[in-house]
Amino acid sequence: MLDFFFEGFIENINLQDSSNWAKDFFQNVVMPRLPEAVAGHLPVEVGTILVMLVCAGIFVAVVPLLPLVLVLAERKVAARFQNRTGPMRVGPWGTLQTLADGVKLIFKEDYIPPQGDKILFMLAPYVIFACSFAVFAAIPFGQDILVSEFNIGIFYIMAISSVIVMGVIMAGWSSNSKWSLLGSLRSAAQIVSYEIPLGLSILTIVMLVGSLSMKEIVASQDGGIFTWLIFRSPFTFIAFFIFFISAIAEVNRTPFDLPEAESEIVAGFHTEYSGMRFALFFIAEYANMFAVSAIGVTLFLGGYEGILPGYDFLGGLPGFIIKSLGLVFIMMWLRWTLPRLRVDQLMNLCWKYFIPISFFNIFGTGIWGLIFDTDDVWSIGISCVIIYVGLISAYAVAGRNLARKPEPQPSSA
Amino acid sequence: MESTQQTESRIIELKPFTDEMIVNMGPQHPSTHGVLRLELRLDGEIVREAIPHIGYLHRCFEKHSENLSYPQIIPFTDRMDYVAAMNQNWGFCLAVEKLLEADETKDFEVPERAEYLRVLICELNRIASHLLSFGTYGMDIGAFTPFLYAFRDRERLLLLFEKVCGARLTYNYIRIGGVSEIIPLEPGSVAEQNYLDEIEEFLDYFEPKIDEYNDLLTSNSIFSERTMGVAVMPAEMAISYGATGPNLRGSGVDWDLRRDEPYSIYDRFEFDVPVAKDIPELGAVVGDCWSRYKVRMDEMKESVKIVRQILAEGLPDGPVMADLKAVRPPQGEIYFRSEAPRGELGFYIVSDGTPKPVRVKGRSPCFSALSALQELSRGLMVADIIAIIGSIDIVMGEVDR
Amino acid sequence: MNAEEIHQILSDKFGESVLGYDTELAGDTCIQIAPTAILEVCQYLAETDTLAFDSLMCLSGVDMGVKEEELSVVYHLYAMQHRQSIVLKTSVPKTDAHLPTVSHIWKTADWHERETYDLYGIVFEGHTDLRRILLPDDWEGYPLRKDYQEPDFYRGMRVPY
Repeated sequence: MLDFFFEGFIENINLQDSSNWAKDFFQNVVMPRLPEAVAGHLPVEVGTILVMLVCAGIFVAVVPLLPLVLVLAERKVAARFQNRTGPMRVGPWGTLQTLADGVKLIFKEDYIPPQGDKILFMLAPYVIFACSFAVFAAIPFGQDILVSEFNIGIFYIMAISSVIVMGVIMAGWSSNSKWSLLGSLRSAAQIVSYEIPLGLSILTIVMLVGSLSMKEIVASQDGGIFTWLIFRSPFTFIAFFIFFISAIAEVNRTPFDLPEAESEIVAGFHTEYSGMRFALFFIAEYANMFAVSAIGVTLFLGGYEGILPGYDFLGGLPGFIIKSLGLVFIMMWLRWTLPRLRVDQLMNLCWKYFIPISFFNIFGTGIWGLIFDTDDVWSIGISCVIIYVGLISAYAVAGRNLARKPEPQPSSA
Repeated sequence: MESTQQTESRIIELKPFTDEMIVNMGPQHPSTHGVLRLELRLDGEIVREAIPHIGYLHRCFEKHSENLSYPQIIPFTDRMDYVAAMNQNWGFCLAVEKLLEADETKDFEVPERAEYLRVLICELNRIASHLLSFGTYGMDIGAFTPFLYAFRDRERLLLLFEKVCGARLTYNYIRIGGVSEIIPLEPGSVAEQNYLDEIEEFLDYFEPKIDEYNDLLTSNSIFSERTMGVAVMPAEMAISYGATGPNLRGSGVDWDLRRDEPYSIYDRFEFDVPVAKDIPELGAVVGDCWSRYKVRMDEMKESVKIVRQILAEGLPDGPVMADLKAVRPPQGEIYFRSEAPRGELGFYIVSDGTPKPVRVKGRSPCFSALSALQELSRGLMVADIIAIIGSIDIVMGEVDR
Repeated sequence: MNAEEIHQILSDKFGESVLGYDTELAGDTCIQIAPTAILEVCQYLAETDTLAFDSLMCLSGVDMGVKEEELSVVYHLYAMQHRQSIVLKTSVPKTDAHLPTVSHIWKTADWHERETYDLYGIVFEGHTDLRRILLPDDWEGYPLRKDYQEPDFYRGMRVPY
């Protein structure tokens, strides 16, 4: 009966290539080591699922370590930007600071506003936390390091990360605080708006590659740095920047951190949270940050493929992590340099600039696909030349504008 | 003017069927600069009305003063504008000295050396105050880094103050008739030379930093988007509301007490008075938040100029305290105003000839400037309220006294 | 233009209402104005082009002592254009302290009058929003009056703690 159940289940979820790996692993590595009595009665499917569960367990245990590292990294990076040293006391060079903070947060009072909606209030951090971690399931960290291979990987990521906004609204509404409400509504407006240019710029990639599968998208970039999708056409080059800026907006970081703008609405949707629930928001924020960077790397910067074809330089798992952390660093850099936009300016940027440009991109990518065979040498060469010329002229125009920008002189008596 | 049109259109746009939300911003809020409470009537993000409520830091300065002798009041003035306490000390001492000078039976004059020390220290304090205003304004707009840069430089100034009076925040340094002698700087001594060298070293370090801060924040396009054309205070409005100092100059009124009604020895120094101008290329309008902020940035340079002139001249010899047995002003009253970093700090003192004043009123520049907030903020957004509060640079200790 | 000349102009214009000034006291010279005429005098000073006192530097109440029967209100005016200042003073009886407001002439008077009301109990008639400003709304008495007695309790809390 159990057999039957799993058979149906496996058929239903339609495990494909990637499950073969788990199946092979079970049959070739696990099975011979199991005692006769167990091995004989354990169906292959059950074993496969067990292997996958264990792998997922490892994954779920490892991924939360990322925020731990990132929080420390952020504090150190911020400190360097600000002529400070950052945390130095807990552990060597303060490396255990985040852990200490985590322990502190666990022991803090878990305060629930009595006038608020208790259930939603308790549920909200978990919704956000779960969604931001579910995104990792579809990110290919390496050739075989992928929790689940979907043929609609990127679509799944978009869908799951959209659910985060529900958690934010739940948190804002249930706190029964006006600041929380303002913050959550700002967040909802922002995430929903920026999802559009984000999705549209992803669409340019999907159009070029012809697949929604993360693995196939990476596989199409295996010819070294110039086959990375960012350089494949001038339009993807633009799309990358739109994607990255929208992604920053999506994860609510400066200059788009209006939902939690400290100086305006105290702490936004998590004003009323304390202790571990607050920590969950915090972890989710950093997990999100890494996730969008990883998606950016997968879609535009070659994923786990290296700079040179055939060599592993900046490739494989370490390369992938390095590239993702590079994007994360840029996010931190922006955060500690730039001020914050106002709500109307934020919306202007999205609706008046990014969305039209994204549509233009899609149009352009279509034309490009009609003219060129997208991965032949010629198209890549032409694309790189166009990008180069575009950058130079943009620099020249911007430079001239900067030079012309008068330093306002005070009138003197 | 453009912004007022925008404002009106925003209100009309959102009129139908929306309820107002009343939010208390403060007294505990990260960016109300202390304990200001704003009662916001919000229509979504748009502020229909922002009503300031003050008094959370009211410490009865005026009532205290009526029961204290004149020198005893000076520490209380420290606690008014604690960011520029030297200037507050000085403002009060100037008023009392003016009243003492009116007494013809006594020959009273503040010694030259004291005047130089006062200008030196107060201009440094002005830099410290404007630095704080720059840093917190950056933080209000959302950039955290300028805040720490500002505090880094202010720290060096505080060390300088500490060396001359032993305190870092509330100095009680400038006394009636001169300056405090608690830590003596003998004329011509090594200690004096070292102190002046240290100031010089700071100025050499600090002057290029102003340009760096202008690069980092002032010319940042997000920052200018947020502040240019926001909350325009025309010149008449500024005068009518009694906005003074950088706020008045930010509205394009060329007016500085140090130049136009020179007190102490300000007439001996050369300095410019920065006044805001329309900059159409950038989008800055006279009287907007950016102009007020920019005037402060420029003023720091002017203060550096003044301090450099003092350093070049060197401090004159002589005592630092007038020969004053007891502070006992004649019967009468005086209103004297001086240019503090936040504007014109006036002290109104009524004396009946006894060692205690009958009435002391501190006319605080922030108090008057803050009263304009209600009119400035109408129809803007929540984020703009923060920009306005930061740009008029209030210190609640002075507003509430 | 000094205080004497302005006094001359004002007495020519307003006659009896301008009560003169005291030259014997040290410091600023105040022109005494009758409380009934203060509004017209202020309006005249602000709106006449030759005077143009467009800025109210300070508005302050004064209580000279327990024995005095009157409270004073002092207006420090300044003309940005002509660079001259003038001090006006008017007195109202403690028992019935009220004055016309000048907050529509100089907007800064709005808060200054509220403060004076708060601390001295002088009612400015015509003020649009005359509430306490520094003290809590339910505070009793006017603390800067010399005959003010500290309350023992405020909302059940001992005041001189």
